[in-house]
Amino acid sequence: MEIFQLIISGISQGCLYGLIALGFVLIYKATEMVNFAQGDLMMLGAYFAITFVTVLEWPFFWSVLATILCMALVGAVLERLLLRPMIGEPHFAVLMLTIGLGFVIRAVAGAVWGSEPKALPVPYSGGVIKLGDSVIGYENVAVVIGTVILCLLVWIFFRFTRIGIAMQAASQNQLAAFYVGIPVKRVYSLVWAISAGIAGLAGVLTAPVSLVDPLIGFVGIKAFAAAIVGGFGSLPGAILGGLLVGLTEQFAGLYLPPGFSEMSAYVLLLIMLIVRPQGIFATMQKKKV
Amino acid sequence: MSFLAAQDISIHFGGVKAVQDLSFSVEQGEVFSIVGPNGAGKTTIFNLISRIYDTTKGSIYFKGQDITRLATNQVAQLGIARTFQNIELFENETVLNNLLIGCHVHRQTNLFEEIFFLSRVRQQELQFRHSVEDIIDLLDLQSYRHQLISNLPYGVRKMVEIARALSIKPSLLLLDEPSSGLNPEETEDLSFWLEDINEELGITIIMVEHDMKLVAQSSDRVLAVADGQFITMGKPSEVQSHPDVLRAYLG
Amino acid sequence: MRFIRKTRYMQDINLIKHSGHLFWYSLLLIALFISPFGMDRFLLGEFSLVFVYAIAGLGLMLLVGYTGLVSLGHAAFLAIGAYTHAYLLHQGIPFFVSLTVASFFSGILGGLIGIPALRMMGIYLAVATLAFSIIVEQVLVHWVSVTGGFQGMSVPKPIVGGHDLSSPYAFYFLCLVILVICIFLTMNLLRSPAGRAMTAVRDSETSAESMGIDLAKTKTLAFALSAALTGLAGALFAHRLTYLAPDAFTIITSIQLLLMVVVGGLGSLHGVIYGAFFIGFFPQVIAIFRDFAPPGIAQIPGLEPAIFGLVLIFFLIYEPLGIYGRWIKIRLYFEEFPLYRKATYKRQKSFLRTERLH
Repeated sequence: MEIFQLIISGISQGCLYGLIALGFVLIYKATEMVNFAQGDLMMLGAYFAITFVTVLEWPFFWSVLATILCMALVGAVLERLLLRPMIGEPHFAVLMLTIGLGFVIRAVAGAVWGSEPKALPVPYSGGVIKLGDSVIGYENVAVVIGTVILCLLVWIFFRFTRIGIAMQAASQNQLAAFYVGIPVKRVYSLVWAISAGIAGLAGVLTAPVSLVDPLIGFVGIKAFAAAIVGGFGSLPGAILGGLLVGLTEQFAGLYLPPGFSEMSAYVLLLIMLIVRPQGIFATMQKKKV
Repeated sequence: MSFLAAQDISIHFGGVKAVQDLSFSVEQGEVFSIVGPNGAGKTTIFNLISRIYDTTKGSIYFKGQDITRLATNQVAQLGIARTFQNIELFENETVLNNLLIGCHVHRQTNLFEEIFFLSRVRQQELQFRHSVEDIIDLLDLQSYRHQLISNLPYGVRKMVEIARALSIKPSLLLLDEPSSGLNPEETEDLSFWLEDINEELGITIIMVEHDMKLVAQSSDRVLAVADGQFITMGKPSEVQSHPDVLRAYLG
Repeated sequence: MRFIRKTRYMQDINLIKHSGHLFWYSLLLIALFISPFGMDRFLLGEFSLVFVYAIAGLGLMLLVGYTGLVSLGHAAFLAIGAYTHAYLLHQGIPFFVSLTVASFFSGILGGLIGIPALRMMGIYLAVATLAFSIIVEQVLVHWVSVTGGFQGMSVPKPIVGGHDLSSPYAFYFLCLVILVICIFLTMNLLRSPAGRAMTAVRDSETSAESMGIDLAKTKTLAFALSAALTGLAGALFAHRLTYLAPDAFTIITSIQLLLMVVVGGLGSLHGVIYGAFFIGFFPQVIAIFRDFAPPGIAQIPGLEPAIFGLVLIFFLIYEPLGIYGRWIKIRLYFEEFPLYRKATYKRQKSFLRTERLH
């Protein structure tokens, strides 16, 4: 039954990676920028939620909603101030910029909330589901349910709404999208807002599972590995990659010597890149001449 | 034995048959043009010869050697140089360095010698410089020698690209739409240079070209393709008046 | 403004292009060799650190600035150089032999990581190197018998022919001489075919291939040379640290190294030196700032990386060519005064260039 327990925690952890990866992929898909600060946005989201619940003492549901909205606003503002001047610059420059942004967010969070770990009290804390010998915490269930709902919403958005379809167009050919009247700049802001909102939700879901401190954003690096394992640029790939990484980590922790658990995500990534450099769902190719 | 021979070459991208069972041969010393409407697969043929794409079927022979499975860089070593439709120069380098990179195929020194810049490397650099300078003279690029590519006007870039291809000292030169983006005057100059390259340097030229005047003026033979398929081949005047060619262009 | 009359091709090939070059660089060199005698121990130490950073920066510049390959994991090569050197010194291997072996070993590992990297594009490569460096970090923590794990390992003193080079003076000169040699060799590389092949790969892979350049060889070589230089810097860095622990070689270190080449100015060796001075001395500036700032700001955890981050953002948005690029513009302004046109270096706004299939 131990294996079953491992699978459950792997899936729950994997969903978190997947959620952050989803943010990476969304921004990449629409703007071809890589936002390395995605993990730090998640950290920021978790702190927002903690503030709403413990300081302002809002009800949990409204706090979550407020967190997502605030994060969306943060995302849009970041895009307008920092990323818009970078349109058309090499990918590497944007990558470096968001790495710098991550450092700044971390320091800001440290200055506002301090560096001691904080907890987010949630109405569903402490409860467990018993399945045979295995025990599943409500927090973990919430992560999975939250991920599923979010994926559905994202799918509906891209499949059926006008602006979602416009976004796909903008991602494929910026200039052409601009010519047919899609407000490319507004689409960019929106994509950053959505992606930061998702990071906020990931923060809310992760806070009850682990304590929050300014450094939890580093989990973003693992999520990034997950996004690439799934094939950068594919939304289902992001979730799948997250699950793969989550599961691998759990099993490596049990069966391999210490240290391999932390390494496993990256070993998986390297193997993936060597065997299939484009990821599971390939989206890149050589430049056409 | 032909200088360059393509036998039944095909390439498919998924369901799209970009080139289908195409055969042609080019003789040494010729200027050979490939014409056809947009999307006919002309550039694809170039990409097949210079081994940027893999042929799905068929083989290509250069001086009797099968080059169908060689690596892209090996093709250049054999003496096939090319230019690109949308200019692929090394943008952040000077004109001189761009041309010197063309000399790379003639590199005789190894890394160790180069890091310590031994006299052999020095001699080689000097020799490269001399051969590059000949090309600069031929194409009148003296005034641009030390300029960065990113600061050059389009027409000059086009010429630099031809110069870079020449610095390989090729025996076969592939020119992908050499006149596109040039004004009539520059096109005129181009036709003289093509003659010089062909006759003085003895380089065989294959070009993809839309400007029928330039094609008629410079080429010995013309191959017409449409939808990746062979239409006709022959003297420029014959091809231009061939009914199938007219049909392909006019639809 | 200077007009140079060229009469021989060798003038373009030689490293020293004209008498002005010769004069200023000789002056700089003399100043660097004389000035330590007026410095205190602290400043000497800082300068040695800058030289070490510059050696690592040369390596990273070769890779990022000249070959166009991004590495987010160069701290790994710094660590490999440092640990190998310390380990060999413990085994009683002579100083210079150990230094060379450490650099070679790092270079070989760099070449090996470069091989799978050949097929990867842009961002994938960056992440692969990041993964590599995290794996190296874990190995350092868990391979206790060699590295000492979390406990770390001590670094023996640099002793050459019975002379102890660990005094600030000796170490300053050691680092300076090695740096000058490295710069000289790198400049040689860049003016010969192998170096030009690297810049060709940076600017257009397709085109480089059709010019007869072997992409795989060139990229592997760039990785190997870059790792070897960084490994060499790591070995010297070990003496500066005197005690090695895994937390000295994290992703933060890698990013600091990248910061050096970006802020200094990508694609120029001058940029490496400016960048090294920047990351060497900027923390001191921040420390001084902390003394004056109100305690609420001075006590913020992670203040230093955050300020580094802000500087990085500022440079990327306003001066992508780095300090060196800014210097060129200022120099041009004075040379052409009063004819300088603001548009000379105006960047063209471009739309994004896609790398994707659909």
